Amino acid sequence: MTTVTIDLNGVKIAADVEPRQSLADFLRDACGLTATHLGCEHGACGACTVVVDGKATRSCLSLAVMCDGRAVQTLEGLRSDAMMELLRRHFHESHALQCGFCTPGMLIMARDILRRHSRPDAAIVRHELSGQICRCTGYANIVKAIVAAGQEIANVATSEE
Amino acid sequence: MKPAPFEYVRPKTVAEASVTLGRRGVNTAAIAGGQSLMPMLALRVALPDLVVDISRLEDLKIVTRTPDSVWLGALTTHAAIEDGETPDVFNGLMRAIAGQISYRAVRNHGTIGGSVALADPAADWPVFLSTFGATLRIVGRNGVRVQSIDDFIQGPYETTLTTGDIIMGFDIPAPPRSFRWGFSKVARKSGAFAHSLAVVVAAGKGGPVKAVLGAAGPKPRMLIATAAQLEIPDSSEEEVRAAIKADLNAYFGDLDDYQKRMHTANVLHAARKMRAQ
Repeated sequence: MTTVTIDLNGVKIAADVEPRQSLADFLRDACGLTATHLGCEHGACGACTVVVDGKATRSCLSLAVMCDGRAVQTLEGLRSDAMMELLRRHFHESHALQCGFCTPGMLIMARDILRRHSRPDAAIVRHELSGQICRCTGYANIVKAIVAAGQEIANVATSEE
Repeated sequence: MKPAPFEYVRPKTVAEASVTLGRRGVNTAAIAGGQSLMPMLALRVALPDLVVDISRLEDLKIVTRTPDSVWLGALTTHAAIEDGETPDVFNGLMRAIAGQISYRAVRNHGTIGGSVALADPAADWPVFLSTFGATLRIVGRNGVRVQSIDDFIQGPYETTLTTGDIIMGFDIPAPPRSFRWGFSKVARKSGAFAHSLAVVVAAGKGGPVKAVLGAAGPKPRMLIATAAQLEIPDSSEEEVRAAIKADLNAYFGDLDDYQKRMHTANVLHAARKMRAQ
């Protein structure tokens, strides 16, 4: 066991972890943060995507022990994040989920896309989202929701100028 | 937990990391971004007793630019290259390649050093580095050695790395400012490993041309006839196509008809892009 200190959703925690424990397993099993979903567990599906030091990260491809001293944000920690609130509303309005399994990863990645691209079009969103697998929606409504959220942010920014 | 148990250490210096990795009687593995090693650990394809975390070694993060070359530390991430945080002396080629490697969340952590150390025949950076005749600086038990990328990669997942070796970074000769490039990749979906990877570069209009093909054989391969044909001003596309075919037959005799057509189309696509610049 190794002791790690992690800033988890804004709260400093110390925990003993086994070196082989992935960040995903640590979040779900040790911290009870089950918004982070595990699909493929080898980096292909994107359901487990979280934010580490501000960067979108596959928690199944990260060791908890390597996150010592880092800041980790899960979907639970982004509950009152302004962009996440906007995305949740657009996911709702565009019916961008069915079973919801991929949704936490989709939301985290959608937020990452909107932070890097202003007013992304559907082609950009589709390319950027290619690492997130959804088996229900056919992606159309997810893409629609993210494009609409991007437009709303851009419109608000313009009207404030 | 999917991986088998292992011990974990995070050395403070490159020298300490090298000694730890080279410990006798212990099966060790270095981890940087972990984007390839983690799935291998989960599948128990890699079974180290000791994982050595080199991800925080500042000496491996150095990025510098001289008039003739660019030095990229081994820990440079694909995302940093994609975002233009590293010197863009390749007229956007490195950024274009980086942006198409896997997915953003993977690019945020995956490193150029880790990718080259794995030496997947379908990986992007070996093709790019081979095109420019880049060299690696490797620190190991017997000190530091400098090796060209073509000598370093011996075959699929085979390199000259031995226990205790750590790639420090890459010295990449800078092309002339008038340099033009074409890059093309065939993959079943964006972000998947390539079925064909082609880089075609020219040192300005009418200058020397290099064409390199990856994912077709055990390691990246210069297409000599193709480059020679592209150096002839206004050579027709049919002539270029014939040259690519000759190269494929010379270097990759085992390819089936579909693969030959796919690689031909892909190299041609890269050549067209280069000529259009």
